[in-house]
Amino acid sequence: MKMDMTTQGIQAAQPYVAAKSSTASKVVARGVNVHYGEKHALKDVSVDVPDQAVMAFIGPSGCGKSTFLRCINRMNDTIPICRVTGKIEIDSKDIYDPSLDVVQLRARVGMVFQKPNPFPKSIYENVAYGPRIHGLAKSKTDLDEIVQTSLEKAGLFKEVKDRLNDSGTGLSGGQQQRLCIARAIAVSPDVILMDEPCSALDPIATAKIEELIDELRSNFCIIIVTHSMQQAARVSQRTAFFHLGILVEEGETETIFTNPRDERTRDYITGRFG
Amino acid sequence: MTDISAQPTAGPLRRRVDTTSPEAQAAVRRRYRSEARFRTYGLLAILTAAVFLVVLLIDIGARALPAFTTTSLQLNVAVPSDLVPADQKNNPAAIRGADFLPVMREALKTAIPGVQGRGPERTLLRLLSPGAPDDLRERLAANPSLIGTTLKVPLLLSATADLYFKGAGTPINTRSSRGAATPSGTTGTITVSAPGNDFSENLVTVKLAVAERAQALAAEAERTARSSAPNAAERANELRAEAAAMAARAKDTAAAETLDSRLPSLLVEINGGLVKVSQLAADRIEGDVLLPLASTNEAKASDWRIVTYVTPESSRKIGDQEVAFLERFKANGQVEKGFNWRFFTSGDSREPELAGIRGAIVGTALTLLVTLVLCVPVGVAAAIYLEEFAPKNRFTDIIEVNINNLAAVPSIVFGLLGLAMFLNFFGLPRSAPLVGGLVLALLVLPTIIIASRAALKAVPPSIKEAALGVGASHQQAIFHHVLPLAMPGIMTGTIIGMAHALGETAPLLMIGMVAFIVDVPTSVTDAATVLPVQIFLWSDLPELAFKAKTAGAIVVLLVFLFVMNGTAIWLRKRFERRW
Repeated sequence: MKMDMTTQGIQAAQPYVAAKSSTASKVVARGVNVHYGEKHALKDVSVDVPDQAVMAFIGPSGCGKSTFLRCINRMNDTIPICRVTGKIEIDSKDIYDPSLDVVQLRARVGMVFQKPNPFPKSIYENVAYGPRIHGLAKSKTDLDEIVQTSLEKAGLFKEVKDRLNDSGTGLSGGQQQRLCIARAIAVSPDVILMDEPCSALDPIATAKIEELIDELRSNFCIIIVTHSMQQAARVSQRTAFFHLGILVEEGETETIFTNPRDERTRDYITGRFG
Repeated sequence: MTDISAQPTAGPLRRRVDTTSPEAQAAVRRRYRSEARFRTYGLLAILTAAVFLVVLLIDIGARALPAFTTTSLQLNVAVPSDLVPADQKNNPAAIRGADFLPVMREALKTAIPGVQGRGPERTLLRLLSPGAPDDLRERLAANPSLIGTTLKVPLLLSATADLYFKGAGTPINTRSSRGAATPSGTTGTITVSAPGNDFSENLVTVKLAVAERAQALAAEAERTARSSAPNAAERANELRAEAAAMAARAKDTAAAETLDSRLPSLLVEINGGLVKVSQLAADRIEGDVLLPLASTNEAKASDWRIVTYVTPESSRKIGDQEVAFLERFKANGQVEKGFNWRFFTSGDSREPELAGIRGAIVGTALTLLVTLVLCVPVGVAAAIYLEEFAPKNRFTDIIEVNINNLAAVPSIVFGLLGLAMFLNFFGLPRSAPLVGGLVLALLVLPTIIIASRAALKAVPPSIKEAALGVGASHQQAIFHHVLPLAMPGIMTGTIIGMAHALGETAPLLMIGMVAFIVDVPTSVTDAATVLPVQIFLWSDLPELAFKAKTAGAIVVLLVFLFVMNGTAIWLRKRFERRW
């Protein structure tokens, strides 16, 4: 039943993706299971994420949406007791293939965390670190350009251009989060994962980040985990609802919010449980 | 998100905090009292600790003060032109090797003319330290043209003389005379007659002392009589007879008295000389000349004085003759006090006035250098591996537990280990800073590993995640981001560990760093000692002057410790980060 529904969702999604973007699904997950020791945290999740679009993962706390997000750049590898089975492909390449280098994967799949976590270094160094370790800049001017472009794309350059050498931790919360986004896009990733990027921010900063996500959509495949259904409705094109480690329903955001098929989805988005 | 099952609760709240009832007010008062009590206890604890600390520091400081000053005689020294053979005049080694003893003796005899006899001469020479000519020697070696001239140089006093000027001598009372006095000679044993009965007060004092001694003897006789020892009765009778004789002597106020070293020394200063009284009568004394008199002329009233060295000669380290010489030097303005540079520039010595802590400081520095070079790379690498890379399994658990155990092992055990392993098995040199450093490294390693792990753990994981998120490898994340942030904590831990090693004595005793070593070590394989062991060695020596040296070395050690801990605190404050 569950499996059917997911497949249906994907099938239903296909025309939408095709209409919205010329490329096929960027990230394809099939039968992903995650165990934390004895705990079965994520049960048989299959989902397709379109390119150049924003996909939102919603669901109550502990439903496995962040766990799934962290599977996409293999951040769960750092947790010793975590075990991932199933298949996740990015651009039709299995990212759990033993021959694949996880560091290179993470360079292609950027991540923005719940709490802004700039390095306690200068703003410039924060953005320049990624390109530098991956050898993306040939010269100092090259690197300067990457930093400037990334900060511009993150909508932060105007605010910080006179104090690039000040510490990144001295910025406000919203600015720090945009700095983290600039840091993520500085290595030109294909996919950007955002784990509740606005949960620690005030409404104005949140609005700025949402605006930024909307702009970035044209260049990246963005997956965002959020607790705010309004945010999911505002920024995403597709939404997936997780509950107790199961992907309950997935589809066009508008459909999910106006006409959910599953009762649990309906209950959740109407605020009857959470 | 609201819960489906959550029903809004209605109705009045059943319980409220009652603030008006007497019970409630009593509870509030009780709470205030208990808070005030707790604050008082805390304040008392802090004050007690502070008082102990202050008393300790003041006590050590006061004891150490004499170690940092030194006393020398500023004398005119005539350097004979034949000090070294003429062809060796420009050879510094020959000048340094020359015999300076006659030069010293001549300088002293010039300063106090008229001293005769081998005894007084030797006493005079013994006032100087064996290292007294060092200054002169270096000046001559540097400038050989000074040979044959007369120089004013400081000659270091011996420890006994030095201590005399630092207050370990005797109070001196001087009393002017009433009548005239005439000495019978200028040197040797002479009599001084003072027809005006100038000495009657002194005689009374002495008689009183004799009476006191007679009483003490009588008391001892009774004690002996009661004891069960064989011949007790016989011995008691002897003592009784002695006491009776003494009492009779005390009663006979006119008879002359013989002074001994258990009574305060009585001296007569007359005609520029000093006579030590041995026979005392009201109108004349007989005694030995300590400082020669200029003439046998009659000295008029108030031209001569009666001097008392209050502490009896047998109760002090320094004899009357020495005191007389030193007082003369002092009166001539030839005694000079200065900062004791030698304490910081020379190694250990059997002579307290020559002993310094340079050897111990250099030994400590070399030892700590070895410890640091071994400990920091190994300790930090181990901490990084255990904290970040090691798999969490039974084996690493055992390692972790044992590192914590090692930190609690008594230090002497590490000393025994060092003795068995480094000295006996590997055959490394005994007493060497190399071995000391190795042993202390074993001691400090657990501290550094534990501190470094704590520092690494204190770095928020979000920093590592951020680095991993932009595609840094695990190692890059740690070396670029985590380690720099943990560095202040690691350095603090290292300095604290080093300070611990600096004060460590027991393990170094085991590997032979406890030897008497005069030379300042120049390499890690030279025999050496370290500051705490030097303190331990000096504290064991019987000479009074080493007590001050011990305290002085403790002060130096404490200063090092304060500086190291201060640096640790400064580092922590300077690089403290908030996230």
